[in-house]
Amino acid sequence: MRENAILQVPLEPERYELKATAPYCFDLDRRDFFKFLGAGVLIISVLKPALVAQESGGSGRRRGNSLPKEIDAWLHIGENGKVTVYTGKVEVGQNIRTSLSQAVAEELHVPIARIELVMGDTQLTPFDMGTFGSQTTPTMNLQLRRVAAAARDTLVALAAAQWKTDVEHLVADDGKVSDPQTNRSVEYAALTKGQQLTQLLPAEDPLIPATRWKVAGQSTLKVDGRDFVTGKHRYPSDQTLPGMWYGKVLRPPSFGATLVSVDTQKAEQMGGASIVRDGNFLGASAATTEQAEAAIAAIHAEWKSESQPSSNDLFAYLRKNASEGKDPTGDGDRIDTGNVDQALAAADHRLQQTYTVAYIAHVPLEPRAALAKWDGDNVTVWTGTQRPFGVRGQLAEAFRIPEDQVRVLMPDMGSGYGGKHTGETAIEAARLARAAKRPVKVVWTREEEFTWAYFRPAGVIDVTSGVRNDGTIAAWEFHNYNSGSAGIRTYYDIPNQRIVFHETQSPLRQGSYRALAATANHFARESHMDELAHTVKMDPLEFRLKNLKDERLRAVFQAAAKQFGWGKTRAAGQGFGMGGGYEKLGNIATFAEVSVDRKSGEVKVVRIVSAFECGAIVNPDNLRNQIEGSNVQGLGGALFEAIEFENGKILNGRMSEYRVPRFSDVPQLETVLLDRKDIPSVGAGECPMIGLAPAVANAIFDASAVRLRSLPMVPDGLKATAQSA
Amino acid sequence: MAAIHLTVNKHDYTVDADPQTSLLTVLREYLDLTGSKYGCGEGQCGACTVLVDGKAQRSCITKVGSVTQKQVTTIEGLASGGHLHLVQESFLDAGAMQCGYCTSGMIMSAVALLKRNPAPTESDIISFMDGNICRCGTYPRIVSAIQRAAKAAAPAAAGKGAGR
Repeated sequence: MRENAILQVPLEPERYELKATAPYCFDLDRRDFFKFLGAGVLIISVLKPALVAQESGGSGRRRGNSLPKEIDAWLHIGENGKVTVYTGKVEVGQNIRTSLSQAVAEELHVPIARIELVMGDTQLTPFDMGTFGSQTTPTMNLQLRRVAAAARDTLVALAAAQWKTDVEHLVADDGKVSDPQTNRSVEYAALTKGQQLTQLLPAEDPLIPATRWKVAGQSTLKVDGRDFVTGKHRYPSDQTLPGMWYGKVLRPPSFGATLVSVDTQKAEQMGGASIVRDGNFLGASAATTEQAEAAIAAIHAEWKSESQPSSNDLFAYLRKNASEGKDPTGDGDRIDTGNVDQALAAADHRLQQTYTVAYIAHVPLEPRAALAKWDGDNVTVWTGTQRPFGVRGQLAEAFRIPEDQVRVLMPDMGSGYGGKHTGETAIEAARLARAAKRPVKVVWTREEEFTWAYFRPAGVIDVTSGVRNDGTIAAWEFHNYNSGSAGIRTYYDIPNQRIVFHETQSPLRQGSYRALAATANHFARESHMDELAHTVKMDPLEFRLKNLKDERLRAVFQAAAKQFGWGKTRAAGQGFGMGGGYEKLGNIATFAEVSVDRKSGEVKVVRIVSAFECGAIVNPDNLRNQIEGSNVQGLGGALFEAIEFENGKILNGRMSEYRVPRFSDVPQLETVLLDRKDIPSVGAGECPMIGLAPAVANAIFDASAVRLRSLPMVPDGLKATAQSA
Repeated sequence: MAAIHLTVNKHDYTVDADPQTSLLTVLREYLDLTGSKYGCGEGQCGACTVLVDGKAQRSCITKVGSVTQKQVTTIEGLASGGHLHLVQESFLDAGAMQCGYCTSGMIMSAVALLKRNPAPTESDIISFMDGNICRCGTYPRIVSAIQRAAKAAAPAAAGKGAGR
């Protein structure tokens, strides 16, 4: 059923991720690259120009058909036996440096310690659109397995030729090719004998099935974990270069403010700093951060502010500024099946409710950071971003230079959660470095990160449904204003559906976020399912299963229910609830236990049980880690995180004013993994988050009979929320 | 500006800095010890935690002038002779990180906790560590790493009559 659907409809586009300007893809120095690699075996692929254009966003900025032939080098086995793998994906804490190493080790048959991944370096790695949308496991993991399998086959063929035997007789294992019949064996590294062999990646290559995995499928500790517990790893904000200065930027007093006049005389007289005014950009760099800050403080600037919307009238604003509903899937039509109006009229019960979600901040613990260095008209930038190639494009655009004069490197960074797709700090550091004629590093303060980054979109969702007395859902109408279309489709079997995404003007700068709109859409859908179950007086689990045919989703609901002990009796103030769904090709069911103190209105999430299925599991312990982390992070957005703003200013843009989950917020977390070795592996960084908010909302209702339809649900406790509602 | 004498990880340093400058800035920008991280600048997240005379302190809100007579230990000074500290090992073994940006601060706080309380209960750990943020949400693993370290240290402490 859905197996076919997966093939036909790949990943739902993340509307906000696609909004960012897409990069070109010119790699003109591949020849140098081949020289730099030296002898050994190199696996390459040639990317079709059409695909390049498509992957780079098809922005139409390419000139004519004069595309260079794209050659991507993926894997190199050196004469020292070191395996170097090149991928444009980046490590942001999702632990793909380890899981991708496992994939290569599995197919290539080398110890994992011999593998090194070069990630997100625009000069060395194949073009990649970015690390988001849970795409690394379904796409890059597969790609690198194919690359590694091709390398292994090349090496086995080399050995066969040297020994004048047939490849069928030979076995690849532990970095060696051996012939069991003659007891001969040779190290991979010895096979190339000083030559550089390039092998084109074959279109098809049989891969080792998950049932026979030895390295993949196992829990493997973070490959470079030691560097992280010793402080040795250098994050983007830790990068240094000799003679480097520190940069600061003078920010406008509010969003949309324009510069009226500026006086930099005093700052310049102080000496020791390089001051830049370029259009609306005002910045300074100096030998220490303090000196740069002092220079910024000495600049006198006058700004003109325009009146801006505030969080108090956010939801009315979103509705008022909505455009006509557009198709959520991008194929030309919005979802409209059957006859919703007729079915609603004929239903035994009709229910109409509105759900809202606030803007929230990513709060990556490492704020945006970049170190830039010019060499003539060429610029190199080390920066924390999920889209190194995208940032390369932004830099080229900002400085009006070709992309082959820009190199972006992405050292494994202090997380992103969808919040670091853009290159603000890269451009700022590069601009300041150009003026200072030396390398400059810019690290945003927490306040800058809270104010000048972008937010998860706020949204309003209207749901109207019709249900029959026997618990069959007859009609489903779903309108999402602004928060996005990811996860907007319902997986419940409903004959009459109208599902519409409405774009609106956003009062704040908004963009991608872990699980993005799927959190809002699942919150609305799964809360509404609970409300419908109560309407027809059915058990919420029974009600879901009655309307759900999808076997994989049924399986996670049933597994989580079993682990949770669904159906057990509850004490006073205790409540149970569930939520779940399907997103980024993964399946999640989340069950929550909450306790509500009726006197104080304090809500405590006591226990969370998640059952998750993402095909064949690549690294079970890391998978658990991602699911636990999704639940903990999800608690913030569900219970108390919200950005407050007024007239172009953020009101709670500090860590002391914006509450994120801490140790004491964490419930007991239990995870059930369903390992489907017969289904290709997919990502797990986002999907596990989507069931949490509705599960908690439904449990709060179960405990208190108070239905909460706005995220965050209890920023100041249930009492305050219930009173203000 | 003034010449400030500092002892960090048992090395003596002299830096030319304003005594009001934060210890974190001096560590990172003057001494190139970048293991201590900036997360919030107001002592709210714990990413910058170091030990000052064995006690956990937020280096982002500590003036460098206030630690001149004291022993400062950062994450870089925790391992000795190539051997990881027990807490570092237990974080590795428990897989108690994702992006790892909070890890230095978490480890330094945990070391301070175990110095003060070698056998903390789960709620001791939670209340002591509540000032450290892990945005990736690996809290349960960090608790378990600290429990692991405490357990591993217990026989050693009993045998030698002292903690690490």
